[in-house]
Amino acid sequence: MVIGTSPPRRDGMDKLTGRSLYADDLRPSGVWYGATVRSSRAHARILGVRRAEGFDWSNVVLVTADDIPGLNVVSLMTDDQPVLADGIVRHVTEPIALVAAPTREHALAAAQHVVVEYEDLPALFDPLAAEGHELRIFGEDNVFKRIRIEHGVRTDATAHLIRGRYTTGLQEQLYIEPQSMLAELRADGGITLTGSMQCPYYIDRAVKRMLGHDRVNVAQAVTGGGFGGKEEYPSILACHATLLAIAARRPVKITYRRDEDLRATTKRHPAVIDLVTMVTARGQLLELHGRVWMDGGAYHTLSTVVLSRAMLHLQGPYRWPYASLHGTVVATHTPPNGAFRGFGAPQAQWAMERHMDRIARHMRLDPLVLRRENLFVHGDVSVTGQTLQNPGAFAVLEAAERAAAAPVNPKRVRPGVVGAEMRSGRGLALAWHGCGFTGNGEAKIRGKVALELRGRDVAVLSSSTDIGQGTETIFPMIVAQTLGIDMERVFNTAHDTGLVPDSGPTVASRTAMVVGGTCEKAAQRLLRHLRELHGEGDFDALAARAEAAGGLVRVEETYEVNTNVEWNPDTYQGDAYPCYGWSCVIVDLRVDLDTGEVLYDRVVTATDVGKALSPVLAAGQIEGGTLQALGWATQEEVVLDKQGCMRNDRLTNYIIPTALDGPEMITELVEIPYEGGPFGAKGIGEIPMDAPAAAVAQAIEAACGAVLDSLPMTPERVFAAMEAR
Amino acid sequence: MIVRFNCNGSDVQVDTPPMARLLDVLREDLRLVGSKEGCGEGECGACTVRIDGAPVMSCLVPVAQVDGCRVQTIEGLGSPATHAVQTAMLMFGGAQCGICTPGICMSAAALLEENPHPTAEAVRVALAGNLCRCTGYQKVVDAVCGALAGGAS
Repeated sequence: MVIGTSPPRRDGMDKLTGRSLYADDLRPSGVWYGATVRSSRAHARILGVRRAEGFDWSNVVLVTADDIPGLNVVSLMTDDQPVLADGIVRHVTEPIALVAAPTREHALAAAQHVVVEYEDLPALFDPLAAEGHELRIFGEDNVFKRIRIEHGVRTDATAHLIRGRYTTGLQEQLYIEPQSMLAELRADGGITLTGSMQCPYYIDRAVKRMLGHDRVNVAQAVTGGGFGGKEEYPSILACHATLLAIAARRPVKITYRRDEDLRATTKRHPAVIDLVTMVTARGQLLELHGRVWMDGGAYHTLSTVVLSRAMLHLQGPYRWPYASLHGTVVATHTPPNGAFRGFGAPQAQWAMERHMDRIARHMRLDPLVLRRENLFVHGDVSVTGQTLQNPGAFAVLEAAERAAAAPVNPKRVRPGVVGAEMRSGRGLALAWHGCGFTGNGEAKIRGKVALELRGRDVAVLSSSTDIGQGTETIFPMIVAQTLGIDMERVFNTAHDTGLVPDSGPTVASRTAMVVGGTCEKAAQRLLRHLRELHGEGDFDALAARAEAAGGLVRVEETYEVNTNVEWNPDTYQGDAYPCYGWSCVIVDLRVDLDTGEVLYDRVVTATDVGKALSPVLAAGQIEGGTLQALGWATQEEVVLDKQGCMRNDRLTNYIIPTALDGPEMITELVEIPYEGGPFGAKGIGEIPMDAPAAAVAQAIEAACGAVLDSLPMTPERVFAAMEAR
Repeated sequence: MIVRFNCNGSDVQVDTPPMARLLDVLREDLRLVGSKEGCGEGECGACTVRIDGAPVMSCLVPVAQVDGCRVQTIEGLGSPATHAVQTAMLMFGGAQCGICTPGICMSAAALLEENPHPTAEAVRVALAGNLCRCTGYQKVVDAVCGALAGGAS
């Protein structure tokens, strides 16, 4: 039984010895390096693009929108984003032209000598003012998407009305490997792209549409983190590297410098969330009225889906007899925001958990009692009308409380500044997270996995990439367990669109649960197929007969959706997700009363993972996501200049948590199986992002009385909130 | 200029501008690509190598400075035998995406030479210059604490 154990990760020793090849480690013979000429304006008409005089252009290629053979579109959901600006720039850092040269330094110098002439146009930066503004960025009214959810019946009971506003800021994914992509010309006139990515088939489609032909394949290099930042953005690098490779007639690699990566690539959507609730004197939640605004930036990217997930998680893991929710994601003249672990749910649940604390404060209730009173139990109905089966809210709450009963290990507690006056506090928050795509998303995608016999071993062919979470290990475990063979005999092949079927993107906490589930079904199909061909017997006997018989043995499996109530995307009613994960976080921290700085001592998490396929990998996902959430909570702040450009575009001033900032972590894995997942597994990639920030805010309040409803809770803001008590 | 140094046990000489970054000389001239560039300004630690035993960010070191020095990269740490910290990182789950991993191994190996049985706090101090975005550091800390404690086997 390999499922439930933690074999060493497949790619581990190569990564630990430096043998793994990431995109920037690839250096095919004759490769040139690409660089991007970007807009310095938020909104402008481009009057001209020309080569500056006095620079040696002899060994440089320059590409503009005129050189695009097919559609000048970064294909994703809506064809609004150009590969290269054509006439107008709509955000600072928007790509205008590309250069390639024999060295990176040469390419960067050439990019600086491309002169762009602009006619400035007025620009819109405030998302609350963008909706319906006369300045048009997108469509008729600058709204990418509006979502309304109406559910239940209003109360006529006597109730207290409590309202609050909660906001969150931009956050950078900050994968440690910057974006990187290599384009190589194929002998048949096509293009091979190899790079850092989550979703090879997104890129495959984008490059094919840009070129107007299908001679394209896309392969993942070992990828140094994604967190959503390499979901859709790498399509842009791929289109750019392709154009340069065609122009230069040689391989071209683009690797962003960190400052460029920070300024140009997508971030987590900022949100403003107003909640108005009706609550009985005993603390029973009656009505939720919610208004959500998100800033999508200048192009659509995935903003409608981010808003959707925000709206579907806004109620938190609580029962609301009546809800009226209204969300809008708008366009502004700022760099587009995009996918980031959690995908709207962290913003929404930050608001809900803070609001629960506000209710408790207002009603003089214990915040935990208030939560217990209203947490989902079996048979409760969500605001989309979905009846919840075995919700794990109480299970994770109890597991977290049990683990947090142990005293904080004093040896692990950082001393803080000598002589500083510190106050300790503990905070708790809860969250739920829908696993896999929303509603009928999986039915549309129909993700596929193929298995092939290679000798007596088994190859798993999928487009699900390992970006650190462990897919190279988990899929072989699932297939080996299903076939009843040693895991060493199962391996993932390269994730190359020329070789593997489309399993759907590596996003939405769906890889282990949905594609892993498809791996399990594919293994069962392989056994059936072998029995049809070669009679009865276990896999070993059958594989031996198949090997003797020769010929290709290959099966393909397509994911079958498993929900009870069909999703209606117009009314937002039905089963929003096939299942939910549940999480409870208990944070122990101290606040420095002189500076407002927060020091983390310990974080306990309890997460319902369905089944921990590999407990070490599962805990690794949860711990990493938890620290990313703590960074969002107190450290990470994107500062924009007047053009909407990130000013703190370096790791010296965009601060992510170090080993010293990180607390001791106790990670409890709760297993309430999901019958539709492999061996009961649920999605776990994103849920650790949801609850920590609110637990931190509650702990700060407990420590020093400061009430914070805006993220990030930087020392300055904590200090100001202490002063405002 | 010609710069001579010992790299992973072998004497090498490189004809290079003296201010070339050690990281580039390692990656481009010597094709040792295990040292990674995450920021290029000494903040992330992905390019950490050891110079005469001390962990150093190779993106900040002009190559002329290592003339006559012993330089060890991740390729040399695991050769000929896997280092205890590499084994422990594998067993404890201290590596995920792996881009920060070579740098973490180099910093941790330097720490373990000075302090074979460090406390968690000592490990966190020693690794404070190596950013990791995947693990939350707990499993990295556990691995380094356990590397020479017999817990890895």
